[in-house]
Amino acid sequence: MARKKDRRASDPVSATAVVMVLYITDSGPNSLRAVANLEAICKEHLQDNFRLEIIDVLEYPLRALADGIVVTPSLAKLSPLPTATVVGNLSDRSGVLRALGIVE
Amino acid sequence: MIETKRGIPKGIPQRLPKIATGIQGFDELSHGGLPRNRISLLKGGAGSGKTVFALQALVSAARHRNEPGIFVAFEERPQQIIANTAGFQWDLPALLKRKLFFMDANLSPDVVQSGEFDLRGMLAMLKAKKEEIGARWIVFDGIDVLLTLLQNPTSEIREIYRIRDWLADNEVDAAIFTAKIDDHGSQIANYGFLQFMVDCVIEFESRLECGVALHRIQLTKYRGSAFARGEYPVSFGPGGLEIAGPEPTEIRQVASSERVSAGFERLDTMLGGGLFRGSSTLITGVPGTSKTTLSGKFAEAACSRGERTLFVSFDEGADRIVRNLTSVGIQLKPHLKSGMLRMYSGRTESIAAEDHLVTLKALIAEHRPLCMVIDPMSGIAKAGGLAAARSVASRFIYMAKDQRITVVVTAINEGDEPEAEATDLQISTIADTWIHLSYLIRGGERNRALTIIKSRGTHHSNQVRELILSDAGPMLADVYTAGGEVLMGTLRWEREDDERVKTMQHRSEFEQKRLSLELAESNTRTRIKALEHDLERQRVELAAYFSDDQARIVSSGDREKLLLRIRGADPAGRAAMGTTAPSEKRRGSKTEARDGS
Repeated sequence: MARKKDRRASDPVSATAVVMVLYITDSGPNSLRAVANLEAICKEHLQDNFRLEIIDVLEYPLRALADGIVVTPSLAKLSPLPTATVVGNLSDRSGVLRALGIVE
Repeated sequence: MIETKRGIPKGIPQRLPKIATGIQGFDELSHGGLPRNRISLLKGGAGSGKTVFALQALVSAARHRNEPGIFVAFEERPQQIIANTAGFQWDLPALLKRKLFFMDANLSPDVVQSGEFDLRGMLAMLKAKKEEIGARWIVFDGIDVLLTLLQNPTSEIREIYRIRDWLADNEVDAAIFTAKIDDHGSQIANYGFLQFMVDCVIEFESRLECGVALHRIQLTKYRGSAFARGEYPVSFGPGGLEIAGPEPTEIRQVASSERVSAGFERLDTMLGGGLFRGSSTLITGVPGTSKTTLSGKFAEAACSRGERTLFVSFDEGADRIVRNLTSVGIQLKPHLKSGMLRMYSGRTESIAAEDHLVTLKALIAEHRPLCMVIDPMSGIAKAGGLAAARSVASRFIYMAKDQRITVVVTAINEGDEPEAEATDLQISTIADTWIHLSYLIRGGERNRALTIIKSRGTHHSNQVRELILSDAGPMLADVYTAGGEVLMGTLRWEREDDERVKTMQHRSEFEQKRLSLELAESNTRTRIKALEHDLERQRVELAAYFSDDQARIVSSGDREKLLLRIRGADPAGRAAMGTTAPSEKRRGSKTEARDGS
């Protein structure tokens, strides 16, 4: 079961919007925590200016493999450049913000 | 369930099922390979050969048993690993299409870590890939890198268990973990736990010994199985990593009674007919005693018989050896041209003995020689520890014996005592034949002497011979012993000259005697001839005398008759006339009477 939040990452968005893909594994504790943490960050810092796709690796393992995912949860920021990857349950908020290019 | 189906009662321990790695030497020392359906841990420092071992096992399974595998690379990028192993004859590009999958599991240094993560996703991906290609083997290369990222001992244990359970659920034939763990421990907090959890632990070590890197492997744990204990040397050949496994305790080589020439006739005679096919010969001597010449002669003789020959020299170019040997009448060039002879000249600086062995093996596989020369064998001991070189030397000789290659190796000994050689590579005890060359200094000269110290299974000469090099090749001359001293060179020549002069004198004396005897004989003959002449003359004389006498008698009778006739006397008158010789008168009357009748 792929859980897709809002619009797909590939949907046309404004140039300043943050495009992200979060790779999780179903309802694993780290995955649940990551989803919650990311949602909080988005709500607080990005308002509506983001596109997030959530992919369940258990359901799409070969897609995740092709995307170069190693561990879960993994968050990939695709846009704006430079791209960045964050691994873990995103509990260290400052690291996530830096990767997403958000200045507090 | 399976157990009862097979009729094996539960509770009775079965022999641990194993899976062969196809790595030369390892399957022997582990009595069959890695434990089937279990995890094996390869641990060791950087560059000790763990990754090569793991990948080679995958390659071997994929190529020879058609069992695909997955290689998860945590530490190095797959492209790097593929490039690093390009030197091995593995044909990786072909395997990568279907039978071998590399997962790049490197976390880029740019990756930001934020909180805990786990391997659930990765294992899901691996499962999908495993099902896709039907993988039976899996390698986690550099699992310590991954575990270190977890930054939490509890998470480490949890994830190790997660992998173990995944492996059990997915029925993987063999799983290999590699981890950088050396004597100084590891960065993983739970490396002790890791070692406990796995069923088989193989330690890799790479250390410097006398400036040369030596690779070693050691099985330190094998749950439920016996294995060969101890360190075993590892070398890297064209086929990948090779382990010099334990030598079979029983020697099963077949002893040949076929003789091959040691190079030239007199030497063969000294050896009781030559060398045995498949035997090993050691030639020792200080520099300059013509060890190379003797081995070159052996090679030439082998090539002339039409036997493929390999000549390995160390630190001296093949060209130079060929040239030098030509000067003593040994022609290797034609055999090189015809391909009968293969020459290889190796360098020895900072090359481990194990690597030399790999080279030798490759050369033998390529040329398939029946006869082989290594000049000098001590070349392999130049770099690195002596213990390693000894092991290599003896393994080489056993290997040659197994392949029935007749081998001649040379070794330099520093002193002139043959016993001194025994300290170096210790080949003298395993070699079948041991020829020692030395110098004898007498009368201001250095001469080469050849002794056969031993030759197993054959009668051999116990005599020291002088080795003489000439345009026609090496030859052996008898030495003279005079007053307990061995004479060689000029002294021998003088002695030989003496003998020659003596013989000549003897000859001429004989001739003189013969002539004088002949003279005496002819004298005698002459004398006999003279006497015969005398005899003849005397005979003639005697005959002449006799006939004269007759003549006189006859003539006197005739005259009487004549007188009587002239006188006209009657026969009675005759009696009155014969006064002086009555017998003659009688004879005369008789004759007359006969005449009258």
